[in-house]
Amino acid sequence: MTAALKVVAPGIHTTIQDLGRYGYQASGVPVSGALDAISHRLANRIVGNVDSAPTLEILFQGPTLEVMADSARIAIAGGAAEIELMGARPSSLGGWRSALLRRGQRFRVSKLGEAACCYLAVEGGFGIEPCLGSASTYARGGFGGLEGRAVQAGDLVPLVREQASERAELGLAEPPRPSREQRIRIVLGPQQDHFTEAALERLVSEDFIVSKHADRMGMRLDGPLLAHRDGYNIVSDGIATGAIQVPGSGQPILLLADHQTTGGYPKIATVISADIPVVGRRKPGDLVRFAAVNVAEAERLRCDQEAAFKALVAGLAPLKPAGGLDAARLLDANLISGVVFDET
Amino acid sequence: MAVKFLPSADSAVIVEFGDRIDRAISDQVLGLAARMRAADIAGVVEVVPSFRSLMVQYDPLRTSSAELIGAIQTLLTSKTALDRKRRLWRVPVCYESDFAPDLESVARQAKLALEEVIALHAGTRYHVYMIGFVPGYPYMGDLAEALVLPRRADPRIRVPPGSVAIATTMTAIYPLESPGGWHLIGTTPIRIFDTLASPPALFAPGDAVEFEPVDSATFARIRSATERRDYRPASTELAA
Repeated sequence: MTAALKVVAPGIHTTIQDLGRYGYQASGVPVSGALDAISHRLANRIVGNVDSAPTLEILFQGPTLEVMADSARIAIAGGAAEIELMGARPSSLGGWRSALLRRGQRFRVSKLGEAACCYLAVEGGFGIEPCLGSASTYARGGFGGLEGRAVQAGDLVPLVREQASERAELGLAEPPRPSREQRIRIVLGPQQDHFTEAALERLVSEDFIVSKHADRMGMRLDGPLLAHRDGYNIVSDGIATGAIQVPGSGQPILLLADHQTTGGYPKIATVISADIPVVGRRKPGDLVRFAAVNVAEAERLRCDQEAAFKALVAGLAPLKPAGGLDAARLLDANLISGVVFDET
Repeated sequence: MAVKFLPSADSAVIVEFGDRIDRAISDQVLGLAARMRAADIAGVVEVVPSFRSLMVQYDPLRTSSAELIGAIQTLLTSKTALDRKRRLWRVPVCYESDFAPDLESVARQAKLALEEVIALHAGTRYHVYMIGFVPGYPYMGDLAEALVLPRRADPRIRVPPGSVAIATTMTAIYPLESPGGWHLIGTTPIRIFDTLASPPALFAPGDAVEFEPVDSATFARIRSATERRDYRPASTELAA
């Protein structure tokens, strides 16, 4: 029998994603891919996968899954999300670490509360045939991922490995805990000259809230309306992920992974690439404040983020076996604080 | 108009050649797209042509906007001949009333007979300006002036795939079921977007398209052949 994770309960919108489908935007095909690529990559690294391996992207509410393989090594990354083992003795395994599960074990992903999305990776990856070079699900177009749609109860999401390798479980000593207040950095343009001075000023000085109209395509932002200088129609042009387009209503729409490739509304600004995962984690009701930077700063911030990612991955360490002592960890803790805490 | 370089943060440089829909501007956009693909500049992720600009997406870990703009400027002044492969497609369309829900209202608004609308629509060779909106959706122009109408006041929630539509100066084919506000004046039995094909969109920006009226019997025959993956519309290579 093929190894799989069986979907017992699907959550709200759980899809297979990877780093995106590039090379087909000239054919009108959106890039798709993980909303929060940083957490997607971390989940993969924790189980020893390459960054581009497909993961399950979990939006708003976690699924319940059952292991249908001899064993599977899984990890969850994103916000405060945790793996909760079900059964006679339920227990939480936390997040940002790998865990070895056996055939028949059921688990659910919980505590998404603070982030819109989190990522479930399995050692070896999900066995999804790429469509146009990517495993990412583009549900609107009905292709990619598992039959071009979000997972449903009863689905078997295939796994590449029949069983997990023999190795220690890894975890991040200090999981990223990005502030939900963090300002989203933007570069004005490409069409900022279509807006009034007042609109440009409001964009960077006032508060916006993610409205309930938020999905993988984009999020409408409630808050001040942004007035156009003369008219809101432009001749359609290409759209980059993170672009903030403003239709006639003046209510901005921040475009995310599944956005259409071209559009006819002026784009007042674009979120810098380093902050696109930050935006991807925001959910309806969350505060959004923008700060303007220039292109050179945006490029530098992205390089800094990549260096920080590498440092984080380098800090992946074997977990202390339950009930035992881990000498290396003990020493580390002593060197830093002089006091050893048993966190379990 | 001078070429403008507009930033889309550290994700893309938009090379803008103008602010209107115009064949000469489109040729500049598609010319640069061809040169960019041939030059294969390090750090460029992909190029996305639209009516009047080329979006050049890049990886800020591998190149910078400043470096990229320099390389693009060099390409813009390049005198080497372009090798642009363009095709002319012959697309069968059934304009019979069951296949053309808006043909009558279009004729009424344009003050033309049904046959005149069909003759005008099928009598023009169109230029594929760009593909966007949904996967494979070709914006083709320019329509005969008598057929230029604003979009429908009440957009449809579901337009069936294969619908041939007009609005403003453009005509298009809906590749997938999607919402749509254009006037539906016919249906083609062919498939213009297929994830199993390479490339997935039948038409490329820069290609030419002509429509050929067919009756419902021919429509049914071509559609069943298309479903068996046993039909490919006729096309010929055009000189660059």
